[in-house]
Amino acid sequence: MVIYGVYIVSKSGGLIFNYECNVPKIETEKTFGYPLDLKLNYENKKIVVEFGQRDGVMVGHVLTAVNGIPATGRQLDDGRDVFDIINERENYPLSLKFARLRMTTNEKIFLASMFYPLFAIASQLSPEPRCSGIEVLEADTFKLQCFQTLTGVKFMVVAEPTQAGLDILLRRIYELYSDFALKNPFYSLEMPIRCELFDSNLQNLLEHVEKTGISNVRLTST
Amino acid sequence: MSRQGTRLDTKNVNSELFTLTYGALVSQLMKDYTNVEDVNKQLERMGYNIGIRLIEDFLARTGSGRCYDFRDTADKIQMGFRIFLGVTPTITNWSSAGDEFSLQFESNPLTEFIELPDHCLNLKYANVLTGVLRGACEMVQMEVTSWFAQDQLKGDTVTELRVKFVKRLEDAIPAGPYTPSSRAVSEQLTNSVCVLEIASSS
Repeated sequence: MVIYGVYIVSKSGGLIFNYECNVPKIETEKTFGYPLDLKLNYENKKIVVEFGQRDGVMVGHVLTAVNGIPATGRQLDDGRDVFDIINERENYPLSLKFARLRMTTNEKIFLASMFYPLFAIASQLSPEPRCSGIEVLEADTFKLQCFQTLTGVKFMVVAEPTQAGLDILLRRIYELYSDFALKNPFYSLEMPIRCELFDSNLQNLLEHVEKTGISNVRLTST
Repeated sequence: MSRQGTRLDTKNVNSELFTLTYGALVSQLMKDYTNVEDVNKQLERMGYNIGIRLIEDFLARTGSGRCYDFRDTADKIQMGFRIFLGVTPTITNWSSAGDEFSLQFESNPLTEFIELPDHCLNLKYANVLTGVLRGACEMVQMEVTSWFAQDQLKGDTVTELRVKFVKRLEDAIPAGPYTPSSRAVSEQLTNSVCVLEIASSS
């Protein structure tokens, strides 16, 4: 029973809430000799491993530090350029730290608003009238389940691909939203949800689900 | 009251506290505004703001689907009154076109201890309810209006809330199983493209 994240997208397609959990932090630090047997490439303001994965350093991982000095973009914190260091023989042996980076909030907002038209297109593409749009999106490493309320708010959970019963969990999250976000007079509709009560209740729910399984989630209506 | 489920039963409060709180609200508004009409308007606006939030609670708890018929809506409104106010109004006086009906209350928890003084005979004491109905229905893409046709506070035998269907807000219906036309979806898509542009430019 693993849930990776919960997302709420407002009626107009903006991400108003996201919660990540159970995403393992992957970091590898290794000492390399000259010449470097990894192909590194600078893209999207990050130095990414492009080819040659070994010892836990995977393609797609990002270089975060050189000799313990953190790197931002292609620049080290002391102002030197990472590629200058890597290409100089006398700097070796070099200790490089690689990590799998998490999505930034901006990227999440971007992806959430990307899902919105996909959902609408899906309901248009359908050969039958009255298609619900995307309810489940499955991939080899995760499953995304989406529940749209009558008012147009979308609730999404990302979980393990084998996870069943996510629809019940989504209904429960909807109840939490209607209780702890909407009944909070200081929460304005369509704005990002920053309500501690909502956060903590959601966390409790997810912990409960993790321990005892989705079948024990109780809806107030049934 | 008839709220279902164990979690919320514990939260039920004595309806008297609610009645008194609402009374305090109305009397404060009467002090703040000299004009009774303004008070009616404020109550309606407050109700509207309650309604647009309360509808989510109703949907989350009852799991009810979309209405395709105003009679359906009437039943659900009745259910809403039972859930949130603990009273079950009777649905009567359907118009022949089926777009107007009345909710009749034998008793209204809002007005339990109320006698209207002479100077505020124009006050629609429970006007918050009309706002709640308008807000809640608007969120499920239906425009309604409602007004008090009879009021026990004004000497009538029953309180009658008349509800009228105005139109469906087709453009606001989210893409999904209920999408009436492709126009609404394409408009939504245009909207979301704007959102995307904003997101990517930031």
